[in-house]
Amino acid sequence: MAIKKFVVGCFDDEGVLFPAVKKVRRAGYKIHDVFTPFPIHGLDKALGLKDTSLDTAGFIYGITGTATALGFISWVFTSDWPLNIGGKPHFSLPAWIPITFELTVLFASVGMFLTFCYLCQVAPFVKKDHFNLRSTDDLFVMVIECTDKTNEGEAVAFLQSLGAKDVKVDRKETRWWLGRYDKETNMFGMKKTEAAV
Amino acid sequence: MSLLRYESQVRPPLVDGIKDYHAVTEDICRPVEARPSRLWWVGFIIAVLFLCFGIVAVTMEVIYGVGQWNLNKTVGWGWDITNFVWWIGIGHAGTLISAILLLFRQGWRTGVNRAAEAMTIFAVICAGQFPIWHMGRVWMAFFVLPYPNTRGALWPNFNSPLLWDVFAISTYFTVSLLFWYSGLIPDLATLRDRAKLKWRKLFYGVASFGWTGSTKHWQRFETLALVLAGLSTPLVLSVHTIVSFDFATSVVPGWHTTIFPPYFVAGAIFSGFAMVQTLLVVTRKVLRLEDYITIEHVEVMNKIIVLTGSIVGIAYLTELFIAWYSANPYENFAFMKNRVDLSSPYGWSYYIMMGCNVLSPQIFWIRKMRRNLMVTFFMSILVNIGMWFERFVIIVTSVYRDHLPSSWSTYYRPTIWEVGFYMGTFGLFFTCYFLFIKFFPVIAVAEIKHILKRSGENYKEKMDEVEHEEMSEFVEKHGHDHGA
Repeated sequence: MAIKKFVVGCFDDEGVLFPAVKKVRRAGYKIHDVFTPFPIHGLDKALGLKDTSLDTAGFIYGITGTATALGFISWVFTSDWPLNIGGKPHFSLPAWIPITFELTVLFASVGMFLTFCYLCQVAPFVKKDHFNLRSTDDLFVMVIECTDKTNEGEAVAFLQSLGAKDVKVDRKETRWWLGRYDKETNMFGMKKTEAAV
Repeated sequence: MSLLRYESQVRPPLVDGIKDYHAVTEDICRPVEARPSRLWWVGFIIAVLFLCFGIVAVTMEVIYGVGQWNLNKTVGWGWDITNFVWWIGIGHAGTLISAILLLFRQGWRTGVNRAAEAMTIFAVICAGQFPIWHMGRVWMAFFVLPYPNTRGALWPNFNSPLLWDVFAISTYFTVSLLFWYSGLIPDLATLRDRAKLKWRKLFYGVASFGWTGSTKHWQRFETLALVLAGLSTPLVLSVHTIVSFDFATSVVPGWHTTIFPPYFVAGAIFSGFAMVQTLLVVTRKVLRLEDYITIEHVEVMNKIIVLTGSIVGIAYLTELFIAWYSANPYENFAFMKNRVDLSSPYGWSYYIMMGCNVLSPQIFWIRKMRRNLMVTFFMSILVNIGMWFERFVIIVTSVYRDHLPSSWSTYYRPTIWEVGFYMGTFGLFFTCYFLFIKFFPVIAVAEIKHILKRSGENYKEKMDEVEHEEMSEFVEKHGHDHGA
């Protein structure tokens, strides 16, 4: 597998990180990712990431749940096994609302959670690299991917000038989890290049 | 240093002491990484003993049938369903804190939400035991599920509130578990990255799902949390509503009242917060987390207790009034003769309920009492007792004298196995809780860091000068636009 070079800069304050992200992007560097110990509002926008459509997926799952419950119960009670319960109508919609609601919520939640795991590629026994172990503790770790044009020394100096505390150059094998947002080395693309080699 | 967020000085800090991000990690991970204290072992062993007793009690019931319990001709639901409703109610506070307060953007939820959600999950597990074992032939419990079967594909009755319960509670459990666990993933990653021992690296590595803290992941994480909160909010209201339908859709005097759903939900939140107080007042002390679960947290929860306690009180009085106003002799009999009349066989339970749920929480109108830990702890126990008696009153006093006076003679009192089953669920609950506080961070680390610079004591002090700045000055000094 190919080895990529990254310039890793650690910030200890999100207030310093924000302007730095802006300047790094303006200078034309390619930010691979920023690893943070907690969600920082606005950082996704600053990095130019698109909004997630996870909520839309959740809506679709929810609708699926509604349709499943209503469809199934009405099939059971009107065609498969119509029971006479106190002479009440077979198609008694109001009595089905609780189960319909519960299944809507169940489908939406389970579906969204699984989609979240799929999109982020997280699951039990998955191991990933996030460059600095302290990025889950107190550091905000900005990772710049070195392309052919990148001058590492300059990038390191640039990050230091922006307030990064600990800057180093790191080499990583490009496995599937690196560059998930990077079209040329995404998970499926990787397999192709491997096959070509 | 540029400030990102600003919060008024009027609000007391949510994190006390001089803290930075690393200190937060240290403080919250310490109890997980240290060896368990002697106190932990004592508590854990007692909990396991209770659990064992519960297992024996349930085994007796399975071997000899529901006849091991003193349920009789008219009292078909006794301690078991009382306990079921009680435990389910306990769970509701966790979802309220984690979901509804997330939607309301209440910063104080961050200190208590993790433990409260865990409490929810364990309480729902305990609650689920009662209807399942009450089935008697428990090996046929799966009959409640709609699956293609050899009985002519005979489906369960989807019009029955008892089946709604099956769906409501299993959904509630699943969604609470997902919500809780998805929130835990980043914190487990923190523990994984701090782990020194091999088994810890493995355990937290597997449990944290390979979380990295990438910006894109956080973006999705927040969307997931928000939507799950949005889904859990109506869900939690629906669960106790459906539990109340078990009673309200029947034609038993004392049960078939339309007030039940809101009254049950308010009662559930009331009892749940009491249980959160019981647990956290002790947990914060034992794990030395006073900086994160502050007196402010305790006070704000006491305010909710006095609010919901009063709602419950109004519901009791409304019920009484409507029983009288309806001029229905059976309804009147259930309320005036079976409950309010102190000389009736179960009259005492009605007054325990009133005293513990309506009168005693009124003490929390006094600020000093809201901020007193001993009073809070004592009150939380009282409320838990009172809410248990509420369910007992609703269930037993409505059925022990039915329309046929010849069935009245037997006084329902539980057998040792009924009591043992209830004690056993305490064992189950606390065994789970002790394991939770040992292996998982009791406070949401990432969420505390998120509010630290807004609500941390040392950061709030720095904001003091900001308080006196003009708007334009503030923007010039601290502002920067977030746009790309």
